[in-house]
Amino acid sequence: MMYLDLLVCLVLVLSGVAAMNTRNLVSAAVMVGVVSLLVSYLFLRMGAPDVAMTEASIGAGLSTIIFLIAIRRTEEEER
Amino acid sequence: MNAVTPATLYLVTAILLILIGLAGVLVRRNILKMVLGFALADTGINLLIATLGSNPERTAPILDKPELLANPSLVVDPIPQALVLTAIVIGLGVTALMLAYVIRLYALRQSLDIRDFGRLKW
Amino acid sequence: MKQILSVVLLLAMGWFLVGLVPLGQPTEPGRVAQHYIDNGIDENRGANLVTSVIVNYRGFDTLGEVTVLFLSVAGAGFVLRRRDGLVRHEHRPSSEILQTGARMLFAPIVVFGAYIFVHGHLSPGGGFQGGAVIASAVMLLLLADRSHHLPHGLMHWLESMAGFGYVMAGVAGLVVAGSFLSNQGVLPLGTWNRLFSAGIIPIIYILVGLKVGTELSSLLDVMIDTGRPARQEGGRS
Repeated sequence: MMYLDLLVCLVLVLSGVAAMNTRNLVSAAVMVGVVSLLVSYLFLRMGAPDVAMTEASIGAGLSTIIFLIAIRRTEEEER
Repeated sequence: MNAVTPATLYLVTAILLILIGLAGVLVRRNILKMVLGFALADTGINLLIATLGSNPERTAPILDKPELLANPSLVVDPIPQALVLTAIVIGLGVTALMLAYVIRLYALRQSLDIRDFGRLKW
Repeated sequence: MKQILSVVLLLAMGWFLVGLVPLGQPTEPGRVAQHYIDNGIDENRGANLVTSVIVNYRGFDTLGEVTVLFLSVAGAGFVLRRRDGLVRHEHRPSSEILQTGARMLFAPIVVFGAYIFVHGHLSPGGGFQGGAVIASAVMLLLLADRSHHLPHGLMHWLESMAGFGYVMAGVAGLVVAGSFLSNQGVLPLGTWNRLFSAGIIPIIYILVGLKVGTELSSLLDVMIDTGRPARQEGGRS
């Protein structure tokens, strides 16, 4: 279990760094969503299922969706 | 320093997430990237607060079994969890408001670069 | 120069954070938390202690929280109210299969969200999670069919009534037991771990679920801008 935690934390930090470094805004938004989803796993591990549900539905779901909507509405050119 | 416990690992991850998010806010020039950095730091802060109240020897604060009811000291502290739950929902509201301003600023200048909005700087 | 300054600032903040948190040792609940853990079942009969803390012990905080959420949604709607200069996309109508599938999935997802917030005092979940699930169902409908009109009148009525009901539940506690949002004596507490238990906690959490669901749905509707022509008088219903 400890190794799985270590792996999840590593992926968390790496996708956070990647979200801040990539030029593609859509993939940055999706990586922030991935961070939220993995954090909700950590909440589940530390005995907080309520918080895990909130983070998975609001942080990883709705938050990513409104980021994608905002990115679509601020595109440089119409395709 | 004794062996690395899961709580230490989570705390280090949370601090790194906060720092990555704030670094994005400070260094990036794209406004949407800055809002994404805020969201990342928000997640990190929530993880930090929730980890401060956790205890690996205790279980979730839901007393739905008779043995837990008989010995309620087996469950973790519910207060940080309630605070974090509140903070996540408020974080969504704050993010939505920031994104609405980003869309409005883009309509104003057709640009997402923060240097194009320097007119109000002193 | 600015980059160096921000790196120095971040390192200082990281050092501060590492010094602030107790790395390594598990924490024991404080005195207030210990009271909640020991007496939560006697006082509220809700199996889920987090729900008891959110709705009852810190119910005033939650009332402020749904107000803040409402204000942020109203602020986003106000900022995006005028349509001049906003990017507008031409969208093709989606396929028949997608539209029919979204309409079929809408009702089960809403029922699932309602299940989550009705059982908030027994199992993990509650008004906020259930409201988010309901908002995701509305988002599915909006994404599948951009010309879909949400019933704004019904949503605003539901949201106002949910907020009003929350305050009224608090006032009932004020009248009966002498303190706002008190759970003692307003409704029978019932037996532990049953659906009809925990006094006014499930009622308040259902109201919070309705309010959060409608608020987040209006937020998505405001953000997604379904492409209706801008009306001259400004303002949206």
